Amino acid sequence: MKKRIFALTMAAVMTVGLLSGCGGGATETKAPSPEGNGAAAIKIGGVGPLTGGAAIYGNAAARGAEIAKDEINAANPDGLQIELRYEDDAHDAEKSVNAYNTLKGWGMQVFLGSVTSTPGVATSVEANNDHVFYLTPSASSTDVLGGVANPLTGTVDIQRKDNVFQMCFVDPNQGSASAQYITDQNLGSKIAVIYKNDDVYSTGVYNSFDAKAKELGLNVVSVTTFTEDTKTDFSVQLSDAKNAGADLVFLPMYYDAAALIFTQANAMGYAPKWFGIDGMDGILGVEGFDTSLAEGVMLLTPFNADAEDEATKNFVKTYQDKYSEVPNQFAADAYDCVYAIYEALNKAGITADMSAGDICDKLMSEFTSMTFNGLTGEGMTWDDTGAVTKSPKGMVIQNGAYVGMD
Amino acid sequence: MVIFLSRLINGISLGSVYAIIALGYTMVYGIAKMLNFAHGDVIMVGAYVCFFAVANYSLPPLVGVLLAMVVCTVLGIVIERLAYKPLRQAPSLAVLITAIGVSYFLQNGAQLLWGSNNKMFPVFLNGDALSLMDGELRVSVATVVNVVACVAIMLVLSWFTGKTKMGKAMRACSEDKGAAQLMGINVDTTISMTFAIGSALAAVAGVLYMSSYPILVPTTGSMPGIKAFTAAVFGGIGSIPGALLGGLLLGVIEIFAGGYISTQLQNAIVFAVLIVVLLVKPSGLLGKQIREKV
Repeated sequence: MKKRIFALTMAAVMTVGLLSGCGGGATETKAPSPEGNGAAAIKIGGVGPLTGGAAIYGNAAARGAEIAKDEINAANPDGLQIELRYEDDAHDAEKSVNAYNTLKGWGMQVFLGSVTSTPGVATSVEANNDHVFYLTPSASSTDVLGGVANPLTGTVDIQRKDNVFQMCFVDPNQGSASAQYITDQNLGSKIAVIYKNDDVYSTGVYNSFDAKAKELGLNVVSVTTFTEDTKTDFSVQLSDAKNAGADLVFLPMYYDAAALIFTQANAMGYAPKWFGIDGMDGILGVEGFDTSLAEGVMLLTPFNADAEDEATKNFVKTYQDKYSEVPNQFAADAYDCVYAIYEALNKAGITADMSAGDICDKLMSEFTSMTFNGLTGEGMTWDDTGAVTKSPKGMVIQNGAYVGMD
Repeated sequence: MVIFLSRLINGISLGSVYAIIALGYTMVYGIAKMLNFAHGDVIMVGAYVCFFAVANYSLPPLVGVLLAMVVCTVLGIVIERLAYKPLRQAPSLAVLITAIGVSYFLQNGAQLLWGSNNKMFPVFLNGDALSLMDGELRVSVATVVNVVACVAIMLVLSWFTGKTKMGKAMRACSEDKGAAQLMGINVDTTISMTFAIGSALAAVAGVLYMSSYPILVPTTGSMPGIKAFTAAVFGGIGSIPGALLGGLLLGVIEIFAGGYISTQLQNAIVFAVLIVVLLVKPSGLLGKQIREKV
């Protein structure tokens, strides 16, 4: 008898567990119900780290996309409407695939991909198998797109996933563009690099920087690494660069580690020129950061929240009003993604009742032929590789603000 | 020579941070015989409290530290009451898993309350205490404060557990809870007290850790927590002087491994050394050999 009661209780508990497992962690936003014309809304889904250590990127992207969706729905009351839903993956590949499956169950027709690269590699495979159109705002690794040869070995490790596109620069472009820029502007004679070797973003940029630097004959005197576990103490890396006499340090990494590097370099009295990539964007937004430490830092980035053009000003204002912080590049990329998809949907004459597969075919041909103007660049184009062509802007930090370098 | 000395100083500076966290770890382990994996996250909470006190309410740093200690002490007692006390008779694995759960709870709670954005901790221990050989060798104020705080905390803790009545009660509980109860010791109060002290230490550790590495996020506590746990095992978990020794050695080995061998293999070398030490001396450098009573 006791056993049976126990079994029943267990069954009940497990059922409750199953039920409560659903529906958690999602931020669903319904489009205002379209009135009059009866046009249904097209379902766009996205996956990103809304919690955990990388939440700053996922939340920024989700918010940027949300603003774009609101603007589009308000501006086109009689046109195609959008429903947007972001699922959390906590920057974990396995959770990202689960989140993708949740979105598929919801009836997603177009996928905004994963926000970060490691989960992006996993979800892009799934979306490729299911033939769902995939445009990621910020998963910049070449492994997300596939079909790109490893610069060190020259072999293609992951085949091209033909329905996957990126809004951000693909990593190698940033690395080689940085090396080119440093050479052209004659910024340094002895160069040190510090990169994060457990991160595809950082290593991807470093590898292409290294290849291009060799080609251009840049004098790289010190290369040191760090990982997620050692990203607090940079005394070894900085001493190495300092002892090698480096006058420019290239930092292909996100700004959180860079902020510590600037602080520690300052404490040890080392003041080279610093050169960063788009992940450096956000350093001025760190609460309490002494911006004088970042004075003179150069970076290549597609988005600048201080830009003077109308579109950027409006976006920054809306974002600040709604979320009381300055949007970073991830928010701008996701905002552009939603607009680019919407533009392509309209051009291809897609309606909300079409299947994800049909939409994918049309969007693929639309994306490889269209030219898109957004916050993160003018005249963006995509080719069959899925990578975007847009020109990075050289920025330098002066008096606590980004200023164009050219 | 200059490079060697400056690496040694960097190592001690990093090690003193590990040591100060390891002291709290080892104290709770030594008394309650449980690995409090949430210790690192209590550090994070302490750092946030101090951050808001100093940066937002412009209180003097010392008041910020005291406030952080009070908040963390209360937090420690609450965690112990809600999460660990109901499991007093449960197998230690259940308590371990609960501690991991508490750790995630604190991290995500902090993110919900304070957001996931990086915050730069206000540096109030800046500048150099010593500058030798034309500025080639610098010892920062933060390092000196860390080392002094470590030694002071170690001495006070050793005195407390060895000489005071409460300390003796703690050691009695650690040896045999049942017998301690028969002797008239309130086991629950004693263990709560352990957590209170451990958490207050975590607040101090959080502020000192932040003074050296000032980027504050909700996951700030997790990695130093694990490193400090390693340091505590290295020195012999449960041993208070061992935590200090383990922390300092771990920091020095980490910096030397990165500086002389490879930054790629930094952590691998640190843990390889740990494995070798544990193979030779399973209870850690200063750990007591405990014989199982039959």
